[in-house]
Amino acid sequence: MNSAVKTNERAGIDFGRALKDGVIVGIIAFALLGPLVGLKTEQNMSNELIVQNRLGLAAILSVIVGVGRFLLSAFIYPRIAARGNRSKAAATLAELEARAKLTQGLSIVGLIFLFVYPLLIISLFGVQGSIKWVDNYGVQILIYVMLGWGLNIVIGLAGLLDLGYVAFYAVGAYSYSLLAINFHLSFWVLLPIAGMLAAFWGIILGFPVLRLRGDYLAIVTLAFGEIIRLVLINWKAFSGGSAGISSIPKVTMFGIYSFDVSAPNNFAKAFHLAASSAYYKVFLYYIILMLALLTAFITLRLRRLPIGRAWEALREDEVACRSLGINTTNTKLTAFAIGAMFGGFAGSFFAARQGFVSPESFVFMESAVIVAIVVLGGMGSMIGVALAAVAMIGGTELLRELDFLKAVFGNDFNPDQYRMLIFGLAMVGIMVWKPRGFVSARQPTAFLFKRKTVSGDLVKEGHG
Amino acid sequence: MTTSLRNWDSDPVLAVEHLTMRFGGLVAVNDLSFSVGRGDITALIGPNGAGKTTVFNCITGFYKPTTGMMSMRPRDGSLHLLERMPDFVVARKAKVARTFQNIRLFSGMTLLENLLVAQHNPLMIASGMTFLGVLGIGGYKTKEREAIERARYWLDKIGLIGRADDPAGDLPYGAQRRLEIARAMCTGPDLLCLDEPAAGLNPRESAELNALLLSIRKDDGTSILLIEHDMSVVMGISDHVVVLEYGTKIADGTPTETRNDPRVIAAYLGVDDEEVEEIEQELDVVTGSEEGRA
Amino acid sequence: MSAEDNKPLLTVRGAKTYYGNIIALKGVDIDVNRGEIVTLIGANGAGKSTLMMTICGNPRAREGSIVYDGQDITRLPTHEIARLRIAQSPEGRRIFPRMTVLENLQMGASIDNMEFFDTDIQYMFDLFPRLKERINQRGGTLSGGEQQMLAIARALMARPKLLMLDEPSLGLAPLIVKQIFDAIRELNRKDGLTVFLVEQNAFHALKLAHRGYVMVNGVITMSGSGRELLENPEVRAAYLEGGAH
Repeated sequence: MNSAVKTNERAGIDFGRALKDGVIVGIIAFALLGPLVGLKTEQNMSNELIVQNRLGLAAILSVIVGVGRFLLSAFIYPRIAARGNRSKAAATLAELEARAKLTQGLSIVGLIFLFVYPLLIISLFGVQGSIKWVDNYGVQILIYVMLGWGLNIVIGLAGLLDLGYVAFYAVGAYSYSLLAINFHLSFWVLLPIAGMLAAFWGIILGFPVLRLRGDYLAIVTLAFGEIIRLVLINWKAFSGGSAGISSIPKVTMFGIYSFDVSAPNNFAKAFHLAASSAYYKVFLYYIILMLALLTAFITLRLRRLPIGRAWEALREDEVACRSLGINTTNTKLTAFAIGAMFGGFAGSFFAARQGFVSPESFVFMESAVIVAIVVLGGMGSMIGVALAAVAMIGGTELLRELDFLKAVFGNDFNPDQYRMLIFGLAMVGIMVWKPRGFVSARQPTAFLFKRKTVSGDLVKEGHG
Repeated sequence: MTTSLRNWDSDPVLAVEHLTMRFGGLVAVNDLSFSVGRGDITALIGPNGAGKTTVFNCITGFYKPTTGMMSMRPRDGSLHLLERMPDFVVARKAKVARTFQNIRLFSGMTLLENLLVAQHNPLMIASGMTFLGVLGIGGYKTKEREAIERARYWLDKIGLIGRADDPAGDLPYGAQRRLEIARAMCTGPDLLCLDEPAAGLNPRESAELNALLLSIRKDDGTSILLIEHDMSVVMGISDHVVVLEYGTKIADGTPTETRNDPRVIAAYLGVDDEEVEEIEQELDVVTGSEEGRA
Repeated sequence: MSAEDNKPLLTVRGAKTYYGNIIALKGVDIDVNRGEIVTLIGANGAGKSTLMMTICGNPRAREGSIVYDGQDITRLPTHEIARLRIAQSPEGRRIFPRMTVLENLQMGASIDNMEFFDTDIQYMFDLFPRLKERINQRGGTLSGGEQQMLAIARALMARPKLLMLDEPSLGLAPLIVKQIFDAIRELNRKDGLTVFLVEQNAFHALKLAHRGYVMVNGVITMSGSGRELLENPEVRAAYLEGGAH
């Protein structure tokens, strides 16, 4: 076998081509920026519009764009291409294994970190200063981790694209609020009831949409989410309409201690601590942590049970499932119901934490964020979903802190307004970089000799 | 056997009577009746588009036939009317398993997982419909171990035990075909329906397939119904051949009877099905001389 | 095969192709000369279909070169390769399931020779009378074998210079297989059509082909005239004889 006669030369940097790219992009940029940036209208003293000429600025910006493109073409793109080739060739099975090990290690470290997190924060920022970090970051992220894990069952395992997951979150929240206010039942009694009610609604939704696949399933579930929200807005006698429900009872420490300031068994008073809402936040943090871990534990268990395998088989090939005697209707319904149940748990926790619920909290955007977390994390992967929740919720929260940007863009710059823009760009970026999410590889649920990670390329995404 | 009553008439595991399947105006299967003998390997052959796969889809419950009756009698003596059952009940209760023309494996799951999914129903019961399984009580662990043993038996039988923990999508084509058969067998069927099991296999692999099918019949007593164009499989191992053309039966009998039936030759086999021998002779002639080829 | 234009139409040199991290072709060299029928045989998973897909640029060869009609097509996008009048009937048929048989054939016909459309389609219907019966049926409702016929016919509608067929005999009744192979021989003899054929049915393929290659695990291990390979004891043992274990 003689050596290759011709090989494509792709080493070396093609400066000529890069220069051409740069100039063309610069010209295009000027053509766009010229009118957009170069000409600015302003009102003068006598309220007349005058055109301010800023073509110089436009030219400078265009040059920056052009040079940027030149640098990209000359240095960055070839390197990315070279690395793409190399990493694809090198990503062997051993590497997959190593990655799986890493994920495993990461989850243990992460778990320990999660347990000590509030203590760490308190020791760093003091009791009062810990509220923001425990509540806005810790609790908020963990709620979405739990929602992500719940939806992961439906989308990641069973492969059913559900865009109305927030409906079950709402069912959980309103179940707790209404039952707690009207029947004075404790959070701990209502938590399972809220979960069951959400699961019941999961089945109600499941029935009509079972025959649908793909886009159609997504649209109907989306509509279901909106219906629940609209009912909550319009059925004022039941749900209080858009005004929502307020003064929802707080969670008690199993009835022993209360976090109500006026209550005789107030936690801070009982332990002679300074009155602060921080204790309640820390308590909530541990509740949602336990709830999230319960979700994870049950999901991991279910994956190893026949029902979990049937979900994944359903995602891979529904027709084959039916030929093996699997009742796909029931299998899909259980996926919907169990996913919805976790959504309901999270919802009742949310209501207890906020003390106030209104339909505002259950808009489509919420569903979209949860779906994004699951997709970004890598469908079916618990650790990936958790990481995605941290990145998405933690990331957007962090963007609120970007006050220093005011120094750059002036005082009327509000970083909050750019949150969604930056967030969207980051999403696009991540999907380009990792099209199958953070963790795309799949761990088999059983093995004969050795557990080998399955490359994400082979795992199907389901068709709804 | 040929003299009096044949096995498929005296002891049918499946009897198809007056089966008709219409799609809109198109009649895919027209008043078809045939029987599959218990313990037989039955081949369903015919030109492309004759309705063979449609018959399979009717038997396995994927299509509801327009008219007709299909009675299945598993070993336990029960009687099931397949035309009244949804597809998954056909597999679960009537003990009919099938494979597909375009292989349908769970490609992102390992070989072992594929075979465990096939044992879903008994395992589901063992896990107390999941409730007990989640809590970790009940005898699920032992039952799962049994299921894994059963999977191991089949992986061994199809020669893929070494790849038990690899994803099914990584297997070469021929191995995927074998795995699909093993997966169907893991449901513990009385009738195994194979849709073109030898398609895309080379002669050596076809021969291995023949051996596998014969051993399935011998060891498990499973009756086999197969659609196939590979005559080495059809004529080599089947006891009974049913020939379809345009949804109607044109021949039904032993392999020897059907291969000599002029209608079968005209519709399906072509003029000379003894082609292999003919070519070998031609080769022998050609090797000596240096004459140019046609 | 006339001697004067015995120049390679297609030259593959040192082609290496990967699927993700798995190497499928480990440096493949083949030539397909003008007016030739060349077949590629080998076991399942040897990389035969991968080579055919690599020639079409999907997946691309990561190393090596593919030259067609004097032009390097290694890095060309698939649709531009198809415009060079390379037609293929791929593995898994890949017909358009929601389009009718006629529409599928229309999709196959290249735009620049519409004047041939009527004669071509007539020829397809002569070749596959089944397709004529099903002309207004959706591709997806055809049986497996009929879809195979449609895929081959669609490829032929492009009036290709190079026709690549991936297991045309798959799922077809013996009679149809014979008809297809006869048709290929006829097109080659009459119009000088160059054919690259991947087949599991090694016996028929080698009988039909002028030359053949044997592929094992992503490498070409043997080549020769169809008859040489047919007579080769190794080839016979590995790909032609089923009975002997």
